[in-house]
Amino acid sequence: MQISDQLTQYLFSGFATGAIYALIGLGFAIIYNATGIINFAQGEFVMLGGMFTVSLITTAGLHPGVAVPCAIILTTVVGILFERLAIRPLKSATPLSLVIITIGGSILIRGIAMLVWDKDTHALPGFSGDEPIEIFGATLMPQHLWIFAVTIVVIGMSKLFFSYTISGKAMRACSYNSRAASLIGIDVRRMVLFSFIISSAMGSLAGIIIAPLTMTSYDVGIMIGIKGFCAAIIGGMSSGFGTVLGGLILGVLESMGAGLVSSGYKDAIAFVILLLILFIRPQGLFKKAETERV
Amino acid sequence: MRTRFITGILSAVLLSVFLGSSLVLAAEPIKIGGLFSVTGPASFLGEPERNTAQMVVNEINAAGGIKGRKLQLIAYDTQGDSTKAKELVNKLIKNDKVVAIIGPSTTGDSMAVIGDVERAGIPLISCAAGNKITDPVRKWVFKTAQNDVLAVERIFEYLNKRKISRVAILTVSDGFGASGREQLKANAARHGIKIVVDDTYGPKDTDMTPQLTKIRSSQAQAIICWGTNPGPAVIARNVKQLGIKLPLFMSHGVSSKKFIELAGDAAEGIILPSGRVIVADVLPHQDRQKKSLISFVKDYQKHYRAEGDHFGGHAWDAIMLLKGAIERGGATPAGIRDALEKTANFAGIGGVFTFSRADHAGLTKDAFVLVQVKKHDWTLVK
Repeated sequence: MQISDQLTQYLFSGFATGAIYALIGLGFAIIYNATGIINFAQGEFVMLGGMFTVSLITTAGLHPGVAVPCAIILTTVVGILFERLAIRPLKSATPLSLVIITIGGSILIRGIAMLVWDKDTHALPGFSGDEPIEIFGATLMPQHLWIFAVTIVVIGMSKLFFSYTISGKAMRACSYNSRAASLIGIDVRRMVLFSFIISSAMGSLAGIIIAPLTMTSYDVGIMIGIKGFCAAIIGGMSSGFGTVLGGLILGVLESMGAGLVSSGYKDAIAFVILLLILFIRPQGLFKKAETERV
Repeated sequence: MRTRFITGILSAVLLSVFLGSSLVLAAEPIKIGGLFSVTGPASFLGEPERNTAQMVVNEINAAGGIKGRKLQLIAYDTQGDSTKAKELVNKLIKNDKVVAIIGPSTTGDSMAVIGDVERAGIPLISCAAGNKITDPVRKWVFKTAQNDVLAVERIFEYLNKRKISRVAILTVSDGFGASGREQLKANAARHGIKIVVDDTYGPKDTDMTPQLTKIRSSQAQAIICWGTNPGPAVIARNVKQLGIKLPLFMSHGVSSKKFIELAGDAAEGIILPSGRVIVADVLPHQDRQKKSLISFVKDYQKHYRAEGDHFGGHAWDAIMLLKGAIERGGATPAGIRDALEKTANFAGIGGVFTFSRADHAGLTKDAFVLVQVKKHDWTLVK
């Protein structure tokens, strides 16, 4: 086995995990941009997507083609409830206390999931079988192609949404200055609700497409949420390509680190990058520093 | 308000006096303590253990108890937290005044409570696997879970038979994996086996292709993976994805149907050492454990509608060992301890136990059989 084949395998494995991080990171970024809070319950939406799909397929006996949209809708409903019950009632709370509320919310959702389902891990069958595919000496699962495809489509759609639709533009306006946005007649609170809808749907989609590869259980949301957050930070909390690149960079570094250095440092790599970025370039790798005019 | 409060207290006192006296009349139950990690990260151990312990105690009581006295199981949840375990063991000893304790479920919790039971002189039968619980031997501490080193021996013997001498090990970075890694490395040289790759993965990792890619390009002739679900299932899938043809060995940590369910087709051909529970129905009739195994599996299925597993089996063994010891030595801590130490040839779920002054773990490597996954089920490897 040649070293070049090894490297392509690391690269592809890294892209595959990175795409997932990107998708989850986008969910963080969208809510952050609309509300100024970091929603640490984002990982739980990922978990809910996977778990709803598993139980709809195995318990309710639905066809995967029906179960997936249902799971996304159910998770989105949870997202809406979360915003209505935990975020909206606090009118004048500071972003910091809202962030803490999202942490509490994530623990609550995880606890309920543990009671409603169980503590076991569950597997989903791959969308298009489990026969590996060989590309340039590296092997991938068909599910990886699904992940790449879904990530590209979701990113493309969110780009279109934020650039060309009224709602998208209104959400961007809120992110630049929510007070000014409300003065010109944008219903800021509705935009906040929108952002929760989009990011919970996106998170659940991520959870569903990764479940056949990584399996799912009530507590998968913690680690994957942190990795997604990390991707968003590298990308400077942008709801576009910054976060996507952030996710891919993180994924590749992790896989190279595990393969070439030592797998014991895999998670450490992610957190060291996170800390370095926060210290050196808090605005993210790809953003120019904003200058504040007084 | 005030009078109502006083009446309340009075009636409570009267009620407790009344209840207390009625219990004395019906011969006091023998109190056994239980410490299980029913919730928390090790709940997959503690839950079946608690269920099994309660089930066996109920059965013993339904059959008339031990020498006319009923058993009473006082079980607490340690949440897999050794501080909590230490608190609860003292509660069992000082408040509940138990004569013996079963559990804790994890090695960490067990090590935390050993000092307390030794001081108080209460026999403890741990359900955890770590070698160090009974090595060195402590006067009051016994255990039922098989030592990791016995599983390692089984795999290495098989490798010797197949003339495989270079292996890659991939272990999970938690207590279970660390202990397995230690035993694998310590015993390899003795069997003439060389570990050419020694890698680890995190318990929550979801992609192990980087480590396996490294292993693929090494000189290894076989892969040994040490972990509990779901990691090994991911590894099995990754091995298939990368098209690695080396034989893959797992530890007894995944010897349940759950593993086959998670790994799917990727589980085919995997070999692992395991207690006999999962192959109870295909064991030869002369097997000494067969009777215990079948009765445990059937019972558990009836009560909890789930497959009885090894972990429940550890509690089953602990209660049955205790029952035997109480029958022979009486219901005092010292009597139970002495009788436990004299237990010989008790065919339980985990293996055939023979305790002695120098051995409080009581099992040999015969406690494990090698099983292989074929057509989504376990088969015995001859």
